[in-house]
Amino acid sequence: MWAKSGKASPVASISASVYTSHIPAIGAALDLGKTAEPYWQPVFSGYQRSKEWMAKHVPDAIVLVYNDHATAFSLDLVPTFAIGTGERFMPADEGWGARPVPEVLGHPELAAHIAHSVIQDDFDLTIVNRMDVDHGLTVPLSLMFGQPSAWPCRVIPFAVNVVLYPVPSGRRCWNLGRAIRKAIALYDEPLKVQVWGTGGMSHQLQGPRAGLINREFDQSFLDRLIADPEGLAQMPHVDYVREAGSEGIELVMWLIARGAMSDRAPTVVHRFYHVPASNTAVGHLILENNE
Amino acid sequence: MALDKPYKDVPGTTIFDAEQSRLGYHLNQFCMSLMKAENRARFKADERKYLNDWPMSEEQKQAVLARDLNRCIELGGNIYFLAKLGATDGRSFQYMAASMTGMTQQQYAQMMLEGGRSPEGNRRVGEERKGKPGG
Repeated sequence: MWAKSGKASPVASISASVYTSHIPAIGAALDLGKTAEPYWQPVFSGYQRSKEWMAKHVPDAIVLVYNDHATAFSLDLVPTFAIGTGERFMPADEGWGARPVPEVLGHPELAAHIAHSVIQDDFDLTIVNRMDVDHGLTVPLSLMFGQPSAWPCRVIPFAVNVVLYPVPSGRRCWNLGRAIRKAIALYDEPLKVQVWGTGGMSHQLQGPRAGLINREFDQSFLDRLIADPEGLAQMPHVDYVREAGSEGIELVMWLIARGAMSDRAPTVVHRFYHVPASNTAVGHLILENNE
Repeated sequence: MALDKPYKDVPGTTIFDAEQSRLGYHLNQFCMSLMKAENRARFKADERKYLNDWPMSEEQKQAVLARDLNRCIELGGNIYFLAKLGATDGRSFQYMAASMTGMTQQQYAQMMLEGGRSPEGNRRVGEERKGKPGG
């Protein structure tokens, strides 16, 4: 009988998850060199520690959960969940010219692997080989990495429909995160992967109620995302709309990233909250995974 | 049996659901067309003529011409699509948001600096208002 090494074969693992708002005005402030202005300084100083942490914890790949804002997906086609399996994704022109940020290099092998596994777990992903990525994806990269000439790791865009109701429930997003966790643990290469959840926090961009901000809700959401994410995932859509504004529903995407973490309590590396950035409350968390 | 739409009683809010999306398909796709510079130029040159190329309702066309965003939303428009109309006009998102609230952009910006619109009194239609004015 052949001797066995006794070592488990190396597989990919999730090292951390990052949560952040993806407000377009933040990207514009950065691109136009306004980060030191009194209005913006508190926002960017809240991410200083994040950039320092990030520099020491660059993963091999990020599964970046975000939503498209009528950029790559018009009303011709609205996928509930879409995973980017392409080799590269260009920053989109959203009407003011494309952001001056590097192209996004994907990880087609890992993305195809995740798609295969997650679809077999009953989640209907749309597979996307070509699309431009808007501020929902590029602003979080800028906040965490600053302004490099190339992004320091591969990024798998994972787009969620939170624009056209019904959007996926918190519970479904949580379970999808679980399925992504399982898929990554089955990948036969020792990659370090982070899963990011973006969007939020409380904001409403439409109608006479535009400008709604709910600090209490946001802080409670952060508390529960850390300590009671599965309970938080049971919150119905209408509670997000009432309490956090019609666009606050973006927060369900954070539950995908949180669902991808292990069952053990995570280490809270950083937590930040600020009002306002343009029309929106800024929220941010970094959680390290404890297997 | 009717579908469950519990968000219908949220004040000052139109949820862009599958029904609104159906109503607003051409209106929103018109907005999407403004992502291209040549289309923006054609629209600006003769708005009515450009709109007539789209199978939109007359009410939708009038709402676009008047830049009445609340009416556009009522007729199936979605804010992320309508933002492209604002960009064509050279308007900031905050200007557009303010225009839907009946405030000036300055008043709206000040409200945001002071912490935004309070959820108090703004969760349900008919809820007693306990918050500050405008909030």
